[in-house]
Amino acid sequence: MSILKVENLTKAYPAAGGAPLTVLQSVSFEIGAGDTLAVVGPSGSGKTTLLGLCAGLDRATSGSVWLKGVPLDKLGEDQRAAVRNQYVGFIFQNFQLLPTLTALENVQVPLELRGEKGSAAPARALLERVGLGKRAHHYPAQLSGGEQQRVSLARAFANRPALLFADEPTGNLDPDTSETVVNLLFELNREAGTTLVLVTHDLELAARTQRTLRFRGGAVQEDYRNEPAGAPARA
Amino acid sequence: MSQPTVSPPPPVAAASAGLGWLLRMAWRDSRRGRGRLLLFVAGVALGIAALVGINSFGDNLARSINEQARELLGADLVLSASQPFDSALVPALRQLSPVQSQEQAFGSLVQFPRVRGVRLAQVRGLSGGFPYYGAWDVRPAGAVAAYRAGRGALVDDVLLAQFGARVGDSVRVGRSGFLIVGRVLHTPGQSGLGSAVAPTVFIPGAAVAGTGLVQRGSRVQYRRYFRFAPGVDAAAKIKPFETRFDQANIDSDTVASRQQRTGRAFHDLTRYLGLVAFVALLLGCVGVASTVSLYVREKLAPVAVLRCLGASGRQALLIYLIQTAGLGLLGALLGAALGAGVQAVLPRVLGDFLPVAVRVGVSWPAIATGVGAGLGLAVLFALLPLLSIRRVAPLRVLRAAFEADTAAPDPLRGLVLALLAAGIFGFAYFQTREWKLALGFGAGLAAALGALAGLGWGLTWAVRRYFPGGWGYVWRQGLANLYRPQNQTLVLLTSIGLGTFLLATLYLTQGLLLGRVATADAGRQPNLVLYDIQPAQRAGVEALLAQHRLPVMQRVPIVTMRLAAINRQTVSALKKDTAGGKGIPAWILSREYRVTYRDTLSRTEKLKAGTLPRLGPGGVPYVSVDNGYFERAQLKLGDTLTFNVQGAPLLTVVGGTREVDWSRVQTNFLVLFPNGVLEGAPQFHVVLTRTPNTAALGAVQQALVREFPNVSALDLGLILQTVDDILSKISFVIRFMAGFSIATGLLVLASSVVVSRYQRTRESVLLRTLGASRRQILRITLVEYALLGLLAALAGIALAALAAWALAAWVFEASYAPNPLPLLGLAAGVAALTAAIGLFNSRDVLRRPPLEVLRAEG
Repeated sequence: MSILKVENLTKAYPAAGGAPLTVLQSVSFEIGAGDTLAVVGPSGSGKTTLLGLCAGLDRATSGSVWLKGVPLDKLGEDQRAAVRNQYVGFIFQNFQLLPTLTALENVQVPLELRGEKGSAAPARALLERVGLGKRAHHYPAQLSGGEQQRVSLARAFANRPALLFADEPTGNLDPDTSETVVNLLFELNREAGTTLVLVTHDLELAARTQRTLRFRGGAVQEDYRNEPAGAPARA
Repeated sequence: MSQPTVSPPPPVAAASAGLGWLLRMAWRDSRRGRGRLLLFVAGVALGIAALVGINSFGDNLARSINEQARELLGADLVLSASQPFDSALVPALRQLSPVQSQEQAFGSLVQFPRVRGVRLAQVRGLSGGFPYYGAWDVRPAGAVAAYRAGRGALVDDVLLAQFGARVGDSVRVGRSGFLIVGRVLHTPGQSGLGSAVAPTVFIPGAAVAGTGLVQRGSRVQYRRYFRFAPGVDAAAKIKPFETRFDQANIDSDTVASRQQRTGRAFHDLTRYLGLVAFVALLLGCVGVASTVSLYVREKLAPVAVLRCLGASGRQALLIYLIQTAGLGLLGALLGAALGAGVQAVLPRVLGDFLPVAVRVGVSWPAIATGVGAGLGLAVLFALLPLLSIRRVAPLRVLRAAFEADTAAPDPLRGLVLALLAAGIFGFAYFQTREWKLALGFGAGLAAALGALAGLGWGLTWAVRRYFPGGWGYVWRQGLANLYRPQNQTLVLLTSIGLGTFLLATLYLTQGLLLGRVATADAGRQPNLVLYDIQPAQRAGVEALLAQHRLPVMQRVPIVTMRLAAINRQTVSALKKDTAGGKGIPAWILSREYRVTYRDTLSRTEKLKAGTLPRLGPGGVPYVSVDNGYFERAQLKLGDTLTFNVQGAPLLTVVGGTREVDWSRVQTNFLVLFPNGVLEGAPQFHVVLTRTPNTAALGAVQQALVREFPNVSALDLGLILQTVDDILSKISFVIRFMAGFSIATGLLVLASSVVVSRYQRTRESVLLRTLGASRRQILRITLVEYALLGLLAALAGIALAALAAWALAAWVFEASYAPNPLPLLGLAAGVAALTAAIGLFNSRDVLRRPPLEVLRAEG
């Protein structure tokens, strides 16, 4: 079953006094439940734009996105937010933790937004799982970059998402910390059976996913499976 | 490509977190901002304190007036007339109540021989047990008994203090001398201010005749005070006498009517002072809007994260709305507590004006009104910047520079602005109960805010457009701060400008009023008015002035009369019509008219319509009336006015109107008769002169008391001083209330500076890291804030000058030439204060190493 389906997705921005600037051109692909996908490409190739559109953070100029069968382009801003809360988890390069909330409270937020009672226990368990059980009551400013990204990981899995978007998850971390975070990411992903869409510059990291979309100039230049190496992907 | 399988159904309902989560998030989110938002709380608190204080005081005063209504009058009923009570009426009056007192009151020069002091005073000759309610506050305690036993006079403390006279001295009233048996600190029904304007000497009623001051034509007020048995309705008791009282020109005053009149007057006073307090609250709310606006800018990133995690725009907005409403509530409660303290102080501030002792107590309606209005307005003002939160796009988590979401026009903003306008107007109406005043207040405020905001926009535009690129680095950096992103130009210009506007308007208006009075004492204008001169005394008085080398600048005969009918419709009938809404003011129908007769106009009069006073066909006098009076009395040329000239009816025709300059020291008259009509009527004369100094004034007053004891002398210098005293007291009260606006303005300034501290700190630290010296940072900050303060102050002063000019031109009809020096001082003071607060806020950046500051700021 397809979790995410993207069809002829195009995003263009109006440019002053000229033709619109197209940053994403007729992109189509789909990804099944539990699959892992890396989106790679140079800066400005449209990776982050694609992630924003797939997660319903932005609206496409044309084309469609279905997330768990829900057509995002038909929904309003608040409805897309509800879809994200229900099905999506996020990991960002700059962590994006709420600075005024403790680590535990940050992990609780997605659950609380669903109106779930007793969100503290699963959030605490997730923090234990990422090795931060003892830092639950620390604020982001009191945590290192690696620790903040681990809290971010715990938050991303808190609502048991069907689909996890990770935008350069190791972009702000040193190699050793990156390794710990990436290992955790894939372990948690495997345990939860979550579909993973990973946007990265790092080809080594991309190679740990099942499939890679290589972008250039706003279009898919290459789409291939990482296992077995070099095998062609479905169109 | 196949269509995806659709299972489960699309979950498009908004996230289901409820109020509990919103409250929790609001609390959590406030953790780092509470300290900074404390100043915002303080701004709201001060505004509400002023409002709760003045309204609580108003309620307490109204309650005290109700409780002490009898003490206000000192009796259950007072009858007063300018003629002795008709002997035919006296037996009937005795039936009203056996317990009554009589009084004759008149103005006269009184003399304190030991200290050689002379002054015009109100002389009251009392017989009977008045006051029946409330007590004289007299020193020594036994003085009242001595007075009632006819052993001497009671004299107002103010009068004794003026001349250094004391109990045991004597006071001379007319031909009689009295031992001063006590000093009066308080008389029931008379405020401290009343004593200052007309200090009283109480002499025994039986001794009035002996003074020789009550003669035919003297202006004497005859009063009778009645005490009824408990439960008797005074209004019902005098009902059967109404027609007879009307015919005899007797005024009645009952406890209820006095209570109503006093209550209404003070109700109005507290309502208007409430408007001044409301300005403080509005300033606090402007501060709320500016603080929240800066706060929201910091919160855009966390809001985008929340949106990304699934929070709806409404939920995000509610989190911050709850936060600001919570802080507003905290401010409101603090303000209410502070207001309860203020209302305890106000009776002392207003002391001299108050006719009763105010019992201080908490007024819950005033607190509810203050808290409700304060909270409501604070939330509405906060909503203006908060609205943008619901439109923050989650895309900001990926692209921090994304700004298209909040930049577009928001229709809800228009709705909030409309609600604000309605709220401000509604509250102004609630305070004043006058549509026009509320509209004027709203429009004036909008105009002032609009002008200040316009100046702010104009300034940022002008600095950017004509940026002095050739100036030194410090000046360029300081000036650039005025228009760079997150600048405070608009907010500070508005809040500081409005505060300065209030201060300067108060100062200019007071100057205008004082200047108007002061011209009376200037140059070659008369400064001493001698009146109550009997016809036979006129030559003697003028000879006495000549002996003292004083000029007779004007001599005028005056006849007192009352209006009996207009166009043959009696005053009683007209009063009933007026009550039905016909609109001739009651004072026109009830007042005592003091008129003169001549065939020419004086220098202060101009013919407006018709003719000068003249005798018409059949000897009917054609009178000339003041133009304003003509309009208010709804007269036409040719209408008839029938006057009651001390018992004799006199029919006149309105032959012309005059424009009278009432501000000049002249004897001015509403009604002017022609020669040849009133010469035989009981009358007195007024003579105006000018004394060169106080020694000459003292000498002529001493001689007058000695030779013409019934003649009164009004020292205009003393009047000027009294008016100055009164205005000082009034302006102190207004300044006390405006002080809240000023303090709130300073808090708004401080909170705006503090909330923007984070960004400013980063900039300053960056500059220091790049090599800027502390001195340079200091000077950049100084340039920015001093400029802002100076411009705001100048704008406020310019607006105030405009307002004062309008008042001078249209309300006071006076010339307008304010002294610019104090205003420039005010501008310099405000600029210095603004710069000082800016520098105080930057002290950390200047004192500590850059990295330490950045870490501390988080």
